[in-house]
Amino acid sequence: MPPSPYSAPDNLGEALGLAAAPGARVLAGGTDLLIQTRAGRLAPTAMVDLKRIDRAMGIRPAGQGFVIGAATPCTALRDDAALVAAWPGVVEAASLIGSVQVRNRASLGGNLCNASPAADSVPALIAAGATAVVAGPGGEREVPVEAIPAGPGRTTLAPGELVIELRLPPRPPGGGDAYLRLTPRTEMDIAVVGVGAALVLDGSGRCTAARIALGAVAPTALLVEAAGAALVGTKLEEGAIAAMLAAIDAAISPIDDQRASAAYRRRIAGVLATRAVARAAARARGEQA
Amino acid sequence: MSKLHITTTVNGDPAEFLCEADDSLLAALRGPLGLTGTKEGCGSGDCGACTVMLDGSMVCSCLVLAAEAQGRRVETVEGLAEGGALHPLQQRFLEHGALQCGFCTPGLLVAARALLERNPDPSEEEARYWLAGNLCRCTGYDKVIRAVLDAGRDLRQDHGEKVA
Amino acid sequence: MNPPEQSFRVVGTRPVRPDGADKVTGRALYGTDFALAGMLHGAVLRSPHAHARIRGIDASRALALPGVKAVVTGADFPEAASVAIAGESAANLRDIARNVMARDKALYEGHAVAAVAATSPAIARAALALIAVDYEVLPHATSIAAAIAPDAPLLHDDLFTPGLKPRPETPSNLALHVAIDTGDAAAALAGAAAVAGGHYTTQPVHQGYIEPHACVAQWNADGQAQIWASSQGAFMIRSLVAGALGLKQADIRVTPLEIGGGFGGKTTVYLEPVALQLARQAGRPVRLEMSRSEVFRATGPAPGAVIDIRLGADKDGMLVGAEMTFHYTAGAFPGAAAHPAALLALAGYKVPNRKITGWEVVCNLPSSAAYRAPGAPQVAFAVESCLDELALQLGIDPIELRLKNAVGPGDTGPMGLPHGQIGLIECLEAARAHPHYSAPLAPGETRGVAAGGWANYGGPSTAAVALAEDGSVLVTTGSPDIGGSRAAMAMMAAETLGVPYETVRVTIADTASIGFSFLTGGSRTTFATGHAVIAAANQVIATARARAAQIWGVAADTVAWRDGAAHGTAGDSAGKVLTLAEIAGKAANAGGPISAEVGVNPAGWLPGFGVHICDCALDAETGQVKVTRYTAIQDVGRAIHPAYVEGQLQGGAAQGIGWALNEAYVYGADGRMENPGFLDYRVPVASDLPMIDTVLVDKPNPDHPYGVKGVGETPIVPPLAAVANAVSRAAGRRQRHLPMSPEQVLLGGDA
Repeated sequence: MPPSPYSAPDNLGEALGLAAAPGARVLAGGTDLLIQTRAGRLAPTAMVDLKRIDRAMGIRPAGQGFVIGAATPCTALRDDAALVAAWPGVVEAASLIGSVQVRNRASLGGNLCNASPAADSVPALIAAGATAVVAGPGGEREVPVEAIPAGPGRTTLAPGELVIELRLPPRPPGGGDAYLRLTPRTEMDIAVVGVGAALVLDGSGRCTAARIALGAVAPTALLVEAAGAALVGTKLEEGAIAAMLAAIDAAISPIDDQRASAAYRRRIAGVLATRAVARAAARARGEQA
Repeated sequence: MSKLHITTTVNGDPAEFLCEADDSLLAALRGPLGLTGTKEGCGSGDCGACTVMLDGSMVCSCLVLAAEAQGRRVETVEGLAEGGALHPLQQRFLEHGALQCGFCTPGLLVAARALLERNPDPSEEEARYWLAGNLCRCTGYDKVIRAVLDAGRDLRQDHGEKVA
Repeated sequence: MNPPEQSFRVVGTRPVRPDGADKVTGRALYGTDFALAGMLHGAVLRSPHAHARIRGIDASRALALPGVKAVVTGADFPEAASVAIAGESAANLRDIARNVMARDKALYEGHAVAAVAATSPAIARAALALIAVDYEVLPHATSIAAAIAPDAPLLHDDLFTPGLKPRPETPSNLALHVAIDTGDAAAALAGAAAVAGGHYTTQPVHQGYIEPHACVAQWNADGQAQIWASSQGAFMIRSLVAGALGLKQADIRVTPLEIGGGFGGKTTVYLEPVALQLARQAGRPVRLEMSRSEVFRATGPAPGAVIDIRLGADKDGMLVGAEMTFHYTAGAFPGAAAHPAALLALAGYKVPNRKITGWEVVCNLPSSAAYRAPGAPQVAFAVESCLDELALQLGIDPIELRLKNAVGPGDTGPMGLPHGQIGLIECLEAARAHPHYSAPLAPGETRGVAAGGWANYGGPSTAAVALAEDGSVLVTTGSPDIGGSRAAMAMMAAETLGVPYETVRVTIADTASIGFSFLTGGSRTTFATGHAVIAAANQVIATARARAAQIWGVAADTVAWRDGAAHGTAGDSAGKVLTLAEIAGKAANAGGPISAEVGVNPAGWLPGFGVHICDCALDAETGQVKVTRYTAIQDVGRAIHPAYVEGQLQGGAAQGIGWALNEAYVYGADGRMENPGFLDYRVPVASDLPMIDTVLVDKPNPDHPYGVKGVGETPIVPPLAAVANAVSRAAGRRQRHLPMSPEQVLLGGDA
């Protein structure tokens, strides 16, 4: 008997077995997969639903950090007070995807593996230093989130592999993160540019660590290490921000498409990065939730 | 390929249907289950006309596989009125003129009930953002928002009376 | 002289619509909710090319697929006659027939080239993939510039620009020329103290109704057919299907289903002739429905526009002259409302010297369709922007400037006749007096104001009023209810008869059950169909009075009618009362059942004018605009149901704000639409808008028993400029290009 084109196994082992079939796709929230399938852009031979696997669902503490099941709906993040307090930027990114209806289905794992350059949660996760737990026929491995996307619609996952969890480190003392994006509408839109920023400030307000990641300005969500480095050791003065902006400008490669021109994206990347850093810094200083 | 047999609960009643693996929950509701109150405006999760509750969480039924409803609870606009008495949201929508063509109304009502169950006293801004996934092309949303806020007041009062 | 004050019992109240409960419980049946036993599911194959010659179609593999019951192509349709069709915008039956199914050429991406009917939607879709179309891809033009370029690909080789004299010797893509030339505009502008002007552009925008087009068609062996469809006019469908398929109108019975929004876009046919042809071949009923993508790619957007304008005033702000040339995208077939656009462009103002030249341009876009006040918003955007510039140049308050120039009753209207009781001046005065206009602005906010109008329409309508045995009242019309018109009809009937609103119920009947009515459009239904309802109610009253007179043995003219009852005044009958219910109860045995059906074609509709005030906050670093406060003021004649009239103003304003800020068809170099979905075709969502305050200015129409003027279309005319004027003031740069997306506001040049 051929495998069912839809299955909802309740354990990872079975899911991996089913996902190994040629042409099978992993189904988390389905908010991208079902649209693309219906539009004929994808033709999966089978869909393997992760939502009945315990590990893929829910938010769990891990020491001072967090484990987020890859298929957990985005709205669950906002309902987790500890996560909101620790990583408000990640939560605000996940809370910008689509509408409430979409966020009740869409997941961090799906957003990551759909590999849209404009995915909202991915720059925020990268800035936060999140990792992805990749399960496959050969076992599990944990990789930085930025190592997953390979290009629009493409990931570095090997055949039969899937992301089962996202892991967030503890919020460092003096840490703060933020995610900002620009869209023409207030909701229900795709980022023209998105910027995630995570900073650590010491007691004097000096930046001791910084990670800046951008969406929709390159074939994948982009960690700009030089932009973070430009802030480290500074008190985020004008000069430091200018150096960060120069690093971003050098790193990004935006394109013209129906949503915006490359020139506009370049301009907005700088505006949003400046604002995201200010917001993350305010959180690091405890001035803003 | 033979069809999948799905057993579920719709508006509190047990229900079962046959579907293809790639059928949407929306198609199952409107087709074999005969519940055409849930509307399709886009088929891509962008208009909210197909909003239903799935295990207490509001979703676009066009972006849910029918097979995913196995063992879950589905609630649609047809379940909103209780025993022939309109829900306060339905009543307020009518009184305010919060519908013109009425096509987006079932989805808006289901979404608004989900809002008020979560937060019976939302601000205008909260209501607008919560309902941002439900397009309405007729009303400009003004009367929709007023009806939702008023219904929240009704529900708070009802609740107060029951508690008292 | 003002008409005498009328007092009302029902008109002006806010009862719940008769179809309300059905629509909040999910029971109302819309286009895709209706089904017949044995019904097949259809699907339409659409051209992937913007412009292509169809050399041949081989459907044999599709027909061989189990479950496929019929395939039709252009060859299955008769050549329709070239007949002008009166609709919300001009169209030709031959073009409509060619739009529903391409013949020799596909003229836009999404143009129907074949259709199938099968036992399931999945089989129908699979069958489409088996139809082989041999295309010769042709060069395409999706913009005005490309379509009027000297080497532009020609869409129709038999199109010789109408309106041009002498008739051109060669065909072109210029589908219509209109010209208005009064006085000496060039000289007036040369002598003006201030001149505003520029090059304005707008993009095609879709009506954006949430319900996609859908219908079910059934063909009987005896040649009689039935169609169930969601549209703005069942009679329109009957007429166009009969014309397209060469059938007799009485053989087609069209039942209107509830309509999930139209805004002008459902004033023509797309699916119905195809569904009927499939049903005819298959011998079974067929449902056809569109996906959202099909709605965008194959149904009519409002035209995009390129407008060059100069508007001049003297130092006191009196307008002296205007020159305007505009081009509108008609899409694949002629008909883009250039006529109303030219007539209405300056209709609100006294401009002694005006030269207006308008062109419709066919190009490889979906054939444009009516959209709320067809043709008016685009030119009003340019005119009202120029007025704002003139106000700034001359240091005159923008409302004051408009008041100096506004037309009033007795002034010459666009057709050369004096205006009746129009209310633009009252609207401007109401805007000036509104607290919004004088409210202090928050830092970073700016305010824009703009006016606009629409001609409105009357047209033929039929209504019937019948009494049940208990005296409750049944009203029947043929006007689809797109926004609550059943309530207005019930209210006018109740007012006329003198009975409670709740005793009146309204049915929108099929085309076999009521006399002809023109479609719901042109802001005509409450005016014209209302006239018919009132006339029918008055006939019922006349009959009821005669019955009472007969019972009392007096002359009918001695029986008065008030408060829903006959009152005797003569002899023994004086002081006697027979209620409508009593008369109805006796009717069957005393003269027969009481009912009346009346057809009218009322004159005396009046244009509607409105003034909108818009506050915006601009993010100067990103170009994002947030509308923070909005007020729509309109002369509505008299609102039968004020809440539903407010809803028209609010909905029109929201659509106009969308048009101003974010909505546009986007085409790639390949001639394909890049944003055929609600994700990237951005209609406003709830969080994009503030509350939309309304002011209903009552200047009753003396030619309607209850003072009604059309209200539905005017509200989309002012917003484009109201928003643009606010943003222009915030940005310090005149916004001449829509949509004012964040990028357009921040980086957009002024081409």
